[in-house]
Amino acid sequence: MIEAIQRIVDYIVNYPFVRYTIVVAVLIALCAALLGVTLVLKRFSMIGDGLSHVAFGAMAVGAVVGLTNNLYIVLPVTVISAILLLKSQESKRIKGDALVAMLSVSALAIGYILMNKFKTTNNVANDACVSLFGSTAILTLSMTDVWISIGLSAFVILFMILFHNKLFAVTFDESFARASGTKTSIYDIAVAIIIAVVVVVAMKLVGSLLVSALVIFPALSAMRVFRSFKGVTIASAIISVICALFGLFSSMIWETPVGPTIIIFDIAAFLIFFIIGLILSRTKKA
Amino acid sequence: MSDNVLVRCQDLSVGYEHQAVVSGLNFEINPGDYLCVIGENGAGKTTLMKTLIGVIKPISGSLFLSPEIKKSGIGYLPQQNNLQKDFPATVMEVVLSGFQHKMGFRPFYSKKERQIAMENLHKLGICELAKRCFSELSGGQQQRVLLARAFCCTKEILLVDEPVSGLDPNATESMYQILEKTNKDGVAVVMITHDVTSAIRYASHVLLVDKESFFGTKEEFLQSGLEAAGKHFVGGHDHD
Repeated sequence: MIEAIQRIVDYIVNYPFVRYTIVVAVLIALCAALLGVTLVLKRFSMIGDGLSHVAFGAMAVGAVVGLTNNLYIVLPVTVISAILLLKSQESKRIKGDALVAMLSVSALAIGYILMNKFKTTNNVANDACVSLFGSTAILTLSMTDVWISIGLSAFVILFMILFHNKLFAVTFDESFARASGTKTSIYDIAVAIIIAVVVVVAMKLVGSLLVSALVIFPALSAMRVFRSFKGVTIASAIISVICALFGLFSSMIWETPVGPTIIIFDIAAFLIFFIIGLILSRTKKA
Repeated sequence: MSDNVLVRCQDLSVGYEHQAVVSGLNFEINPGDYLCVIGENGAGKTTLMKTLIGVIKPISGSLFLSPEIKKSGIGYLPQQNNLQKDFPATVMEVVLSGFQHKMGFRPFYSKKERQIAMENLHKLGICELAKRCFSELSGGQQQRVLLARAFCCTKEILLVDEPVSGLDPNATESMYQILEKTNKDGVAVVMITHDVTSAIRYASHVLLVDKESFFGTKEEFLQSGLEAAGKHFVGGHDHD
């Protein structure tokens, strides 16, 4: 164990890219968790999941078109899909959840076909795996990636803090918010944009299939134990960051893929909080 | 027609996607009124309420809201079962959210707002609940918390939707008393209810939502003989 810690410290001291990765991972974990609380309570979890698949498809398109940085296509496509999905929830013509499912599988299928037909590298299977489950090692972040991740995360975190109380009001009781004259649809669109941004940024860390785990697990864990909106928000941020760090370091020690390792810690945290929640409710009743 | 009318509806039709649920509604709400909206399930009470609070647009006719109400909004007390169970929120968080529309881009609540929120809780006799989790409270306590939130929002008009459904007789009685006192303090109360008996007991005006809608003072309603017609759905099941 001490040897392992020694190794991690070595990495951090000697390799700047390890330090960048840690910074990016913490920021991504933080915004994923902050968003997660609103997402889960607004019952938008599935939308987040669907969007990550849309982002996968968009990434494949980006690769085909030959963009140097496919963020330029992934971000706008995901933002637009997010807004469309939210709007579709309001109209009752097509069932919202069915639409999300349709969109996400379509994006996966089209994305994978594009990747196969227009190979940019020789190892398509590996490319697809990286996009879906995140990179196997943490070396793949370019300096541009790092700065974009930092910028977008900072934007999300700032938004979530400044609009904490407003998001509570429109999430807790939308009818009341509307009755008192709040334009709730603006917040829905803002949340949609934030979801898209988080999905795109977090995809780098954990891959598109696992993004929603990163977003919803910390919030669900915190909700087992904490009973105030503020408490849940803060707790899920802390849980998420701790899990991301543990996952990152573990993946260095055991050479496991980064994304899934972080998610394993998120799952473990959920189980722990689930049990704590059970014990707390028992003692309260007794 | 008085000049400081809060809400005036003329030949109003409400419904969804151009399909009117109820048409030809004519009524007005003045400061200090206590209006009971009664009608059978499916008659359009809830649709009318959603139109009043701006969730859906009127299909035709005019809906006039006074400038004060446009500014302060309507204090709305939702039906209990419209709120999420297990939502993580303290009583204080819920009550403070009543100030939201007044804050503009200011992100956090001021000291004064916290003070007013506390006073509202005190008025309703529940200040000891401030730090408790909202979803763990009893139905009657939750209603009071939501009332405190509505008072943070506005002192002009309060719209309550089936305020006593799911409450035990004691909580029901005290809910009606709180509403009566609120009304005596000068807040216009609009109550949607199944309970015609209590509607008649407390209301100053009655709006019967039906194919042939009726609007008038309580006395006019009693003379119209519609009370008997209305009574056939007293004790009807609360399906909606």
